[in-house]
Amino acid sequence: MADLLQIELVAADRVVWSGQASQVIARTVEGDLGVLAGHAPLLSLLVPGVVEIKPPDGEVVRAAVAEGFLSVADNHVSILSEDAFLASEVDASATRAELEAAQSEGDQDAVLRAEAKLRLIDKAS
Amino acid sequence: MAASVRELRAKIRSTQATKKITRAMELIAASRIIKAQQRAASAAPYARELTRAVSAVATFSNVDHPLTTEKDNPTKAAVLVIASDRGLAGAYSSSVLKEAERLVEKLRGEGKDVDLYLSGRKAEAYYNFRSRPFVESWTGFSDKPEYSHARTIGNTLVKTFNIDESNEEAIDPERAVDELHVVFTRFKSMLVQEPDVIRLLPLEVVEGTEAPSEHEVLPLYEFEPSAHEVLDALLPKYIHSRIYYCLLQASASELASRQKAMKSATDNAEDLIQKYTRTANQARQAGITQEISEIVGGANALADANAGSE
Repeated sequence: MADLLQIELVAADRVVWSGQASQVIARTVEGDLGVLAGHAPLLSLLVPGVVEIKPPDGEVVRAAVAEGFLSVADNHVSILSEDAFLASEVDASATRAELEAAQSEGDQDAVLRAEAKLRLIDKAS
Repeated sequence: MAASVRELRAKIRSTQATKKITRAMELIAASRIIKAQQRAASAAPYARELTRAVSAVATFSNVDHPLTTEKDNPTKAAVLVIASDRGLAGAYSSSVLKEAERLVEKLRGEGKDVDLYLSGRKAEAYYNFRSRPFVESWTGFSDKPEYSHARTIGNTLVKTFNIDESNEEAIDPERAVDELHVVFTRFKSMLVQEPDVIRLLPLEVVEGTEAPSEHEVLPLYEFEPSAHEVLDALLPKYIHSRIYYCLLQASASELASRQKAMKSATDNAEDLIQKYTRTANQARQAGITQEISEIVGGANALADANAGSE
């Protein structure tokens, strides 16, 4: 088995997920980005969307992130976002309500966040 | 004498009731400090990674960002004062406000105008009572701040600072500032909390407690899309995270001060109860002694009278 990536998915107030993985796919401002072991050091900006982490065995971990950034260095990947949720933590109906509330208030950030969560739910189901 | 015993008993009862309240507040504060410390610990990884990333960009690119450049002659400063929402925490709020006053005086002495931004009802009340103007205030979260509060405050403050001509978000030039300071209370230990001032903007990347270890060599990063844009996105986040750090420190300090204040209030109540109980007992005994001597005196007088008549 090739080298593994050490992943840390960190939100502002907690560590959402950490562990080893063979591949990470995240959406950056430049488009979808896949990171494998041995990737060159990189700092990139994330757009609200879904991050997929593929552990060497077991199920793919999916998480919704808000704006944030991704740093890769020495097989160590940090995904930082002010808000991040694992697929198992979000609830479809609650998120839809959140989206509507955000739309009616005109809070653009909250709309993007809720949409990212909904995409996550779609992918996970 | 009997009346005074009753008065003392009433005082004892009311002091006991007060003691129960202060004891409860002490215990609540003690349990919340643990939670506040856990929050600070769980916010640390984010702050650490963010600091590492900001230092990486700052080290490997010579980008001049408006948030990091110092003005030649600053004329206006913003001060964010973080105090508590509620009192009963000893000198917590007053010492942070005193520190803020000192800073404001100093900045005025340097010829800078000062805009005040307040967090916590106590700070708001302090400036309202003295009819001193402040720009904006946020209340209702001093003992359990969330990241979203830090983001709200941070966004407001970054906008006042970031007055690049090219920036359409630029606000009211009246509010534009050249410097941003934060006054908050640093949680040194359960016993020591000190009011402290940090200068948030223009930014110096501080290698604080959450900074990566010194000897770590930062790898040569590639930046996507560009170093400048990465820095643009990172710096406001870094500021939010610093403000969050200050809010968490302040909330832990507030709870520690409250626990200390309530502990001494409980101790004082105990002392008072003891003192009142002693006085009440004395009064009761004096009353009894007086009654006995009255009875004895009355009996003697009766006996004398009877002896005289026989």
